[in-house]
Amino acid sequence: MIPVAFDYEVAESVDHAIELLGQYGDESKLLAGGHSLIPIMRLRLAAPAVLIDLGKLENLRYVRDGGDHLKIGAMTRHRDLAFNEMVAQHCGIVGYTAGLLGDPSVQHRGTIGGTLSHGDASGDMPSVITALEGSIVVQGPNGERVVKAADFFQDYLVTDLGEQEVVTEVRVPKLNGNTGWSYKKFSRRSQDWAMVGVAAVVERSNGSIGSARIALTAMGATPLRATSVEQALSGAPRDAVAEAAQSADEGTSPASDSAASAEFRRHLARVWTKRAVEEALSR
Amino acid sequence: MRRIKLSVNGVTYEHEVEPRLLLVHYLREGLNLTGTMVGCNTSNCGACTVLLNGQSVKSCTLFAVQADGHEITTVQGLQSNGEWHPMQTAFHENHGLQCGYCTPGMILASVSYLKENPNPNEEEIREALEGNYCRCTGYENIVKAVQQAAGQTS
Ligand SMILES: Cc1cc2nc3c(=O)[nH]c(=O)nc-3n(C[C@H](O)[C@H](O)[C@H](O)COP(=O)(O)OP(=O)(O)OC[C@H]3O[C@@H](n4cnc5c(N)ncnc54)[C@H](O)[C@@H]3O)c2cc1C
Ligand code: FES
Ligand code: FES
Repeated sequence: MIPVAFDYEVAESVDHAIELLGQYGDESKLLAGGHSLIPIMRLRLAAPAVLIDLGKLENLRYVRDGGDHLKIGAMTRHRDLAFNEMVAQHCGIVGYTAGLLGDPSVQHRGTIGGTLSHGDASGDMPSVITALEGSIVVQGPNGERVVKAADFFQDYLVTDLGEQEVVTEVRVPKLNGNTGWSYKKFSRRSQDWAMVGVAAVVERSNGSIGSARIALTAMGATPLRATSVEQALSGAPRDAVAEAAQSADEGTSPASDSAASAEFRRHLARVWTKRAVEEALSR
Repeated sequence: MRRIKLSVNGVTYEHEVEPRLLLVHYLREGLNLTGTMVGCNTSNCGACTVLLNGQSVKSCTLFAVQADGHEITTVQGLQSNGEWHPMQTAFHENHGLQCGYCTPGMILASVSYLKENPNPNEEEIREALEGNYCRCTGYENIVKAVQQAAGQTS
């Protein structure tokens, strides 16, 4: 229950963090909110030799208007997003989900950059950012690059991040008045991780469905788009939802574990996709 | 070892600590502030809840070095001038505890939440305390206590 001893460095800037990552290499890890990393260090499932703390980088804690999108600094805490008015107005699904995951104390510490970088397929925010077709701004020794969510999550706990790279910002589109959203998370007890989660962003058009983007939590090694449901819903009438949702688990590869069997997860994905799309259509 | 300087319950402390020292162990063993409990040590139960710059955090999920330069309040720092904090009084008057093990965390999580939402309804109070487990009371009187404190402080 006590982590293996490590050295501790405080990053004074993003450039400094990159420099420290270069200096210590793969022995080191960035520390943001610590709410994924410290639990696994306590269990000694991770034992980095050096922690590089991003905690002082208050300049990475912001929500800004980027015109057609919002820019969210990587060190923005979940709880900041849950109470942010610009987020509520333009991209409510992000604030809603940030206020849903874990509990208030977890939300006071955990960051959006941390949850995306960790790349846990049971994490709620990765599928929300995937459904939004958001992007992730990454800084490294050779400057900055912008990675689409679809390219960022690569495998279980594996992202596109290079060894010396730091996530600095997350960009999400502003949703217009015709676009509704929903995030549905199913778990047995409050505060648990999702057994299955469904993020839906649905555009309405003349009383029917214009387009739907749906991403699934905990249905594979990364967030997965429910592509066949999306195709079936494109331009479809509203009453097509129930049938379309029947293919929500197509192309997924959920795990069987102590929380749920793969078969149950497939069932949940179908049921909650229907409910998520219906809720998105109504809001 | 790393030198940290922080304020705990209004007192400034400076110590050399090992980076891997969890804040809860620093408080309990370093400062002898044993009002802060360790329940699960897996970040779930909330017995170790303290305020970091006024916001609830789980002190088993923070290294003491991360609190460098910040302000910590534990249950032992809630009273002022010998008077209990209204949340402490409300827990007392509503019998919001049995064994008392969860109580410091419950009280601090509730104090933190009322700053964010001064007039919560019952459901919101239950949601806000989802990260704090009580194995005794069944939560009823805890929720009543928070409702009473909300009435007093709003
Ligand atoms: C009790 C509990 C319940 C939880 N419940 C949920 C839940 O229901 N749903 C959910 O989605 N999450 C949940 N979480 C996890 C929580 O959301 C974490 O805050 C989040 O997953 C990690 O964010 P962090 O800022 O704490 O990252 P850290 O733990 O500090 O870091 C996680 C990883 O990301 C890397 N990293 C961090 N920041 C950056 C960056 N800017 N650039 C590059 N790499 C970086 C770190 O090196 C590390 O490998 C829970 C956590 C706890 C303790
Ligand atoms: S001891 Fe910290 S959450 Fe249980
Ligand atoms: S009073 Fe015993 S755990 Fe809450």
